[in-house]
Amino acid sequence: MNMEILVCVKKVPDPAENEIVVSRDGSDIERDDLVYSVNEWDNYAVEEAIQLVEEHGGSVTVVSVGDEESDEIIRRELAMGADAGNLLDDEAFHYSDGRGVAAILAHAARRGSYDLILTGAQAEDAAAQVGGMLAAMLDVPYASLVVRVRVMDGKKLKIAREIDGGNLEINEIDLPCALSIQTGINEPRYVGIRGIRKTASVQVPVLGAAQLGVDPATVGEAGAKVRKLDYFVPEMGEGAEILQGSREEMADQLIARLKGRGVIQ
Amino acid sequence: MINNMHNALVPPADTAVWGVPMAFVYILITCAGICLFAYILYRRLVPLFRAAPDQRVDRIGARIGKVLQIWLGQWRQPRYLLAGMIHIFIFAGFVLLGARSLQLILIGFWDGAALPGLGGQTGAAYNLVKDYAATWVFIACVIAAVRRGVFRPARYQAPPALGKDHLGEALLVPGLICALVVSESLFEASLQMAQARAGAAVSAPPLTLLWAGRALMGGLGLPVLQAVNSVSYFVHEVVFFFFLCFLPLGKHFHVLTSLFNVFFMRLHPGKVKPVRYGVDEDRLDDLPEFGVSKLEHFTWKHILDFYTCADCGRCSDRCPANRVKRPLSPRFFTIKARDRVYAKYPLWGKAMEARQALVGGIYGEDEIWSCTTCGACEQECPLGIEYIDKIVDLRRGLVDQGRVPQSLQKPLGALEKRGNPWGKSQRIRADWAKELADEFAVIVTSEKEPVDTLYFVGSVSSYDDRMQRIAQATARVLRHAGVEFGVLGKAESDSGHEVRRFGEESLFLALRDANTEAILNSGAARIVTADPHDYNALKNDYRGIPPVMHLSQLLSRKIVQNEFALERGEYTGKTVVYHDPCYLGRHNGLYDEPRRVIDAIPGLRRVEMVGNCRDRSFCCGGGGLALFYEPEEEQRIGVVRVGMAREAGAEVIVTACPFCLANIEDALKIAGLDQEMEVIDLMELVERHLPQGGQGRRDAKG
Repeated sequence: MNMEILVCVKKVPDPAENEIVVSRDGSDIERDDLVYSVNEWDNYAVEEAIQLVEEHGGSVTVVSVGDEESDEIIRRELAMGADAGNLLDDEAFHYSDGRGVAAILAHAARRGSYDLILTGAQAEDAAAQVGGMLAAMLDVPYASLVVRVRVMDGKKLKIAREIDGGNLEINEIDLPCALSIQTGINEPRYVGIRGIRKTASVQVPVLGAAQLGVDPATVGEAGAKVRKLDYFVPEMGEGAEILQGSREEMADQLIARLKGRGVIQ
Repeated sequence: MINNMHNALVPPADTAVWGVPMAFVYILITCAGICLFAYILYRRLVPLFRAAPDQRVDRIGARIGKVLQIWLGQWRQPRYLLAGMIHIFIFAGFVLLGARSLQLILIGFWDGAALPGLGGQTGAAYNLVKDYAATWVFIACVIAAVRRGVFRPARYQAPPALGKDHLGEALLVPGLICALVVSESLFEASLQMAQARAGAAVSAPPLTLLWAGRALMGGLGLPVLQAVNSVSYFVHEVVFFFFLCFLPLGKHFHVLTSLFNVFFMRLHPGKVKPVRYGVDEDRLDDLPEFGVSKLEHFTWKHILDFYTCADCGRCSDRCPANRVKRPLSPRFFTIKARDRVYAKYPLWGKAMEARQALVGGIYGEDEIWSCTTCGACEQECPLGIEYIDKIVDLRRGLVDQGRVPQSLQKPLGALEKRGNPWGKSQRIRADWAKELADEFAVIVTSEKEPVDTLYFVGSVSSYDDRMQRIAQATARVLRHAGVEFGVLGKAESDSGHEVRRFGEESLFLALRDANTEAILNSGAARIVTADPHDYNALKNDYRGIPPVMHLSQLLSRKIVQNEFALERGEYTGKTVVYHDPCYLGRHNGLYDEPRRVIDAIPGLRRVEMVGNCRDRSFCCGGGGLALFYEPEEEQRIGVVRVGMAREAGAEVIVTACPFCLANIEDALKIAGLDQEMEVIDLMELVERHLPQGGQGRRDAKG
């Protein structure tokens, strides 16, 4: 069977490559010196989509709600092996809340007939809410925190979800459906400068509210029902203890404490 | 002697068996042998012509020098003394006996044949030498066979997962060689005995095989001597052509290929081959693929390397990755490839088309990422086989296919975006210098503020808390030495040294271009660095930038010129050992300079890790991206290294590379030796022994 897969990706400031500092008035983080990359979870989602298509045929389309610079992350996913990409950008989309983003993505999803819609389980700068809302808006079944996907007889997927303690819960889910992908499901392939340069000539179509048929009043700042008020850095707490002494002494102290709390016998 | 009175016996060319003239048989054997040999060589040459291009005919003089030193002079053999000496004797015998073998082949159908130049007195002298050569070859082969067959040194054993130990071939070949020299000696001894009977004055050099053969045949009648003569000739003939055609089938192919392999060997340690010879950098994006993913992507020299391996195991014996049981053995890296070449290009029959790519087929990914590019294998190989370029090419192939370990993807991504593997902001790249603010200001160069000497700090010394102290020490030492210098600050990017060696060529080129522009903008006339990896990159990977020196070179020069002196201090009375960083020593030949700097400190006792120093230095575990990669291993490479330093009796390990410092510092802790031993960078050591009160500070501009 051919699988038509839509993957929703997002550009985020990568915490591994930035020192995140809250701006003085607390309304945002300092963005002057930030570098951005693809949200880590989304990379796993794209890799999973590519592997599914490599095995079963079909195509992978990547969409991102973002600004002009999100073009770069879409190119990166194209270099990884996605077949097509769309940038969803419109002034009306700016400052959307989670529901707004899900609504925009839902409109993009309805433009094609996708068997499978993947999102990352969460974004590094957001609240892990879009995947579920998107599925609800599209009225398709949804599973979150997916760590394994197997295609069964073309109409169904067998999926594993990560539950507490790293245990797996195995589910069957009907297609079409939406899944949010957890890291560790695969090993995303590397994309270097050479790969991205190869996609330099590809035009990434930009779709605005009009093309998508989104009512501007329902998204963006106008439609947002959740608003960011403040960012703050928590106060450094008390209570940490540094063990002293030689290596052996420290190890003995640690064992004594762990035994004292019943962690080890 | 051979030609005088040769008719004392019926010569091989005149004998007949069952009415068939043996001259005819010998012509037949010779023709068949040569045809078969030519066919085998042709089949072996096919892969070389299908392989990627290579450029190996530059610097002919240097190449001839390598042939004289490494091939003819067997320079690297005595590094393993017993095996090396055995080999030298056998090799010398082969070179000397070649002419005699050729002559013997000819007289099978051309009675009295002699090689030009080997008549008269020269011929007599040659005969004397070849009789002794045959004898020492015989003895050496017996020793070799006993050593391999009875004592079985561990170096030759093969883990079942990797391959076979080739013991059979290792015993068969000395046997064949013995058969050749013994049959030659018996052939001649029987002739001499017959000639003596006929009244000729013939003599055998004492204690030779010939001499022994004559002693054995004392008192035998003419018919027996004739039989010995004819049969030994026949044996020599058959064994010779069997051996000739057997050589290209296994590890003794090196007998034929070594001359060429050494001639074409890598002359530029420290450099990495271009992605593809003949394709300019600006046209790299047009290449459909990078690196090696199948056999024919290797260059022809690399295939010749595979053919040439003698399976002696010296590379793996010196390989740090192999020592700690990482899944990499240079020896089997080569042998697995050779087996694949032979399977895909068989002498006859159907080719075995490989279903899998090289990595995933004969190689594991972990195997390819395990190499630290320390170069110990190449330094040791007596046949000029190379490894680093192949490993880099295989990595290029993996990178191009996106097959990069997750642990390396983060630092590579950060290098792309931030110019350093930790993803730290460029703006804080020169923050290490803040510590020095009370003493002096470190100039950050710009077009407005050009400097003569540029100190290229490098990523690890710029950002790592511990390694920043190397940068600070370097700055103090430079200032003390009267060198006015500046740094690039946020305009400096990672040199890309490991980026290139980990196969990310495009990213390396981007980093190199950014640095080249910044360096040229600084207006500096020379560059200094304390990091051997950056030193090697700037010296060997970059082009069109001012000359670069490692700090140890600069200080060594000043010490020799009496412009720089050091005093007793914190380390006086301690026993120190110098650890040669791979990219300072093996790749760039800087062994004496750092030692001279250490020796300039009065009151230090410097010892050596004998057998593991200078060009036999044992890697610390690898620098740059190697710090991020966690291969399967039984122990840390650095732990093995600190064990060597401890054995040498050192209290202090001095190194001249931030990565060595990082690895050895970790290793001391892991080995639980951090209470009794310490490691310090050369620049820190020098800093602590600078003359107080500004003595020794010169106003010379460096």
